Amino acid sequence: MNVNKIALVGNPNTGKTSLFNALTGLNQQVGNFPGVTVDKKVGKLKLSNRTIEIIDLPGTYSIYPRSKDEEVVYDILSNPQHPDFPDAVCVVVDSSNLERNLLLFTQIYSLAIPSVLVLNMSDIAFRKGKKILIEKISEQFPEATIIETNARIKSGVKQLVDTLDTKIKSRNSQAKALIAKENVLEQQQDTEQKFQEINELVKNCVLQETNLKPRRKVTRLDKLFVHPIWGYSIFLVVLLALFQLIFTLASFPMDLIDSLFGSLSSYLYGVLPTGMFTELVANGIVPGIGGVIIFVPQIVLLFFFIGILEETGYMSRVVFIMDRIMRPFGLNGKSVVPLLSSAACAIPGVMASRTISNWKERLITILVAPLMSCSARIPVYTLLISLVIPNRLVFGFLNLQGLTFFGLYALGIISALLVSVVLRMFVKTNEESVLLLELPDLKSPRWKNVGITVFDKARLFLIGAGKIIVAISIVLWALGTFGPTERTNTAIQHVEKPTSKDEVELAAYEKQVNAVKFENSYIGILGKTIEPVIKPLGYDWKIGISLITSFAAREVFVGSMATIYSVDADGEETRSLLEKMKQEKNAQGQPVYTLASGLSLMVFYVYAMQCMATFAVVKRETKSWKWPIVQLVYMGVLAYVSSWIIFQIFS
Amino acid sequence: MKQTLATSKRGNILHVLSVQQSAISAKLIEMGLYVGQEVEILFRAPFGDPIAVNVGGYVLSLRLNEAALIEVA
Ligand SMILES: Nc1nc2c(ncn2[C@@H]2O[C@H](COP(=O)(O)OP(=O)(O)O)[C@@H](O)[C@H]2O)c(=O)[nH]1
Ligand SMILES: [Mg+2]
Repeated sequence: MNVNKIALVGNPNTGKTSLFNALTGLNQQVGNFPGVTVDKKVGKLKLSNRTIEIIDLPGTYSIYPRSKDEEVVYDILSNPQHPDFPDAVCVVVDSSNLERNLLLFTQIYSLAIPSVLVLNMSDIAFRKGKKILIEKISEQFPEATIIETNARIKSGVKQLVDTLDTKIKSRNSQAKALIAKENVLEQQQDTEQKFQEINELVKNCVLQETNLKPRRKVTRLDKLFVHPIWGYSIFLVVLLALFQLIFTLASFPMDLIDSLFGSLSSYLYGVLPTGMFTELVANGIVPGIGGVIIFVPQIVLLFFFIGILEETGYMSRVVFIMDRIMRPFGLNGKSVVPLLSSAACAIPGVMASRTISNWKERLITILVAPLMSCSARIPVYTLLISLVIPNRLVFGFLNLQGLTFFGLYALGIISALLVSVVLRMFVKTNEESVLLLELPDLKSPRWKNVGITVFDKARLFLIGAGKIIVAISIVLWALGTFGPTERTNTAIQHVEKPTSKDEVELAAYEKQVNAVKFENSYIGILGKTIEPVIKPLGYDWKIGISLITSFAAREVFVGSMATIYSVDADGEETRSLLEKMKQEKNAQGQPVYTLASGLSLMVFYVYAMQCMATFAVVKRETKSWKWPIVQLVYMGVLAYVSSWIIFQIFS
Repeated sequence: MKQTLATSKRGNILHVLSVQQSAISAKLIEMGLYVGQEVEILFRAPFGDPIAVNVGGYVLSLRLNEAALIEVA
C-alpha cells in the first residue's frame, strides 16, 4: 500500500534519530506538538515520484505514557483523528535486546496500524552472538514487514526506503483498543502478560551462540568513570577543558563578528541618506542582529562538545555519579546538562531540561538555570573587574582579577544550588521523583549526529532568542533615540560649541551632543527616574540607563556605557571608556566607581534576570506566565538585596 | 527478611520475584523488570546510590529506593 506519512517510534537509544537522519538528511524541521513542549521533528524522504513525511516521535518504552513527553506518542497513536496520525508506523528496535524492545512493538501491532519492524543495531546483536530468525518473527506478526538495519553504517537503509515506498502491508485484523491512560493497574497486568508472550517468542526466534568468549560486563572505562575519586576528577577535568576550549576557540570568530557588524553599521551610515531610517537600520537593527550572532560561536562549540559527550554515552555516566549529589537540592542527576548548557546561554539550557521527567525537578532546574553565568555576562564582568579590582597577586600567585572572575562564576553556581533547596520547599508535586536511566554502551561518536544536534540547537537559539533580542534592541533603540523635543534641544544648547573647524574638536562636539541626546531620551529619563531606587546600591542614573538597556542582552551594558560616556567602545577604545569611568565623580565629588559600587554591580549582574529571551523561553516551556514572573521577581529581589548588602559592607 | 535489589550484592545473578505496587511499578515493569527477569548489580555510584543493574542484557541505573521495590531471589 502507498503511504504518505510515517511515524518513527521506539525505545530511547535504539537509533531512531540516526535512522531519521539517514532517511531525511537535512530535510528536517523542528516544530512543537500542540500543548506539550516536546520537539516535533518532521522530515521529508524524497522518493523517485513522491515524498513521504516522516515524524520522529519521542523515545518511549511503552505506549502508555509515564511522562509528559511520552504522552505525545499515546495521544497520536490512540486517536486516528489526530492531525499527526500516521499512515504507518515504523518501530525501531535494538536487535541486541529484542525482549524489552518488543513490548512497544506488540502494543502498536495490536492497534492494527500498518507497521514496519526495524531490527536496528544488527551489528551489536551479531557481536553478542545473537542470530535472529526473521521468518519466525514474521510468523508471529504476519501483517508487518520486518527489516534488519545498522543505522551506524547505513546498511539496510535502502531496503527500508523500498519498504516504505511500496511494501508496507495493509492491515486486516481487528484493532484492540488501548487501555485508558489513567488505568495503570490494568496496563501493568497487560504488560506482564505481553512480556510472557514475548519471552516465548524470543526463545524461539533468537539463537544465542554459546561458545563465544564471555564479554566483559563492566568495562574498565565504566569503572573509571564511576569511581569515587577518578569519576569526579575526570568530570572536573572535562568541564575545565571544555570551557577553556570554548573560550579560546570562540574568541576569534566573536571578534570577527563584532568588527564585521561594526563596519557594516559605519558602512551603512556612509551610503544611506541621513535620516531616521538610516539611524534605525545602522544603530538599531544591525547592532541588534550582531548582538544575537555574536553568541553563535560559543553556543555552537558548547553543543558540539556536549553532543560528543552524549553520543559517546559519557554523559549518562555523569548523570549517574551526580544524581546523589544533586538530589538534596531538589534536583536530578539529569539537571547537570541543562545547568552546564546555561553557562553558555540559558535558552538552550532551559530547553535541555526536557529530559527530566519529574515536573518538580524540571521546574526547579528551569528556575535556577539563569543563575549560571552565561556568555553575555562576560563582557560586563570584564569591564567592571578592570575598573575596580586592582591587577595584583594575592598569596604570591593568584591574580586578584582572575580570582574575582572565578568568584562570580562560583557565586552563580552556589546560588543556583541554594535557591533550589528553597524552591524545593515551595514547589509541590505528587509525581514520584525517579532516575530510571538506561546506561548505553560507551562508544565512539557519530559525527553526523553531533553535527545535526549542533545545527538544531543553533537554529533554536537564533529563532527563539534572536527574534526577541532583535525586537527589544529596536524598542530600546527607539527609546534611546527619541525624547521630549524641547528638553533635548535645551540640553543640546548647553553643550559648548566648538570654537574652530578642527576635525577632532568637531567630532568631540558631536559625541557630546549624542551623549546629551541619549541622556534626555526616554530611556535617559527612565534611568533618572529609577535613580532613587538604585542609589542605595551605589549606582547613579547612568548605570540605571545601562541596567535598563541590558534587558535586550546583558552585554549591551558595555555599549550603553560607551554611548553615555561618549566614547567608541570598539577594541582599543575600551581603554578610554575605562579611563572616563574611573574619573567619573558624583555630586559630592567622590568617584562613582569604587570597590563597593563595582562589586555591588557585579553581584547585581550575577543575579538579575535581565534577559527577555530567557523570560519568553521559560514561559513557553512552563506553559504559564506564573513561573517566568516568579523567576523574574525572585532573581530581582535577590539581586537588589545582595547588591545592597555588598555595597554597605564595602563602603 | 525479603531480599530486594537494593540489598543484594554485586555480581550475584538473581531473578525478580515481585514488584511492589507503587506509583512507578508499571514503569519498572515496562523497563523489563517483570517477574522472572534475570538481574545482576554491575556497579554502584559513589555513595552507593544509584546502582547500575543488568536487566536481561541492558544496563539500567536506578536509585536505591526504586531498587527496594523489587524483590529478588
Ligand atoms: N552499533 C550501532 N550503533 C547505532 C546504530 N544505530 C544507532 N546507533 C548509535 O546509538 C546511539 C543512539 O542513537 P540515536 O539515533 O540517538 O537513538 P534514539 O535515542 O533512538 O534517537 C548513537 O550513539 C548512535 O550512533 C546501529 O545500528 N549500530
Ligand atoms: Mg532521538
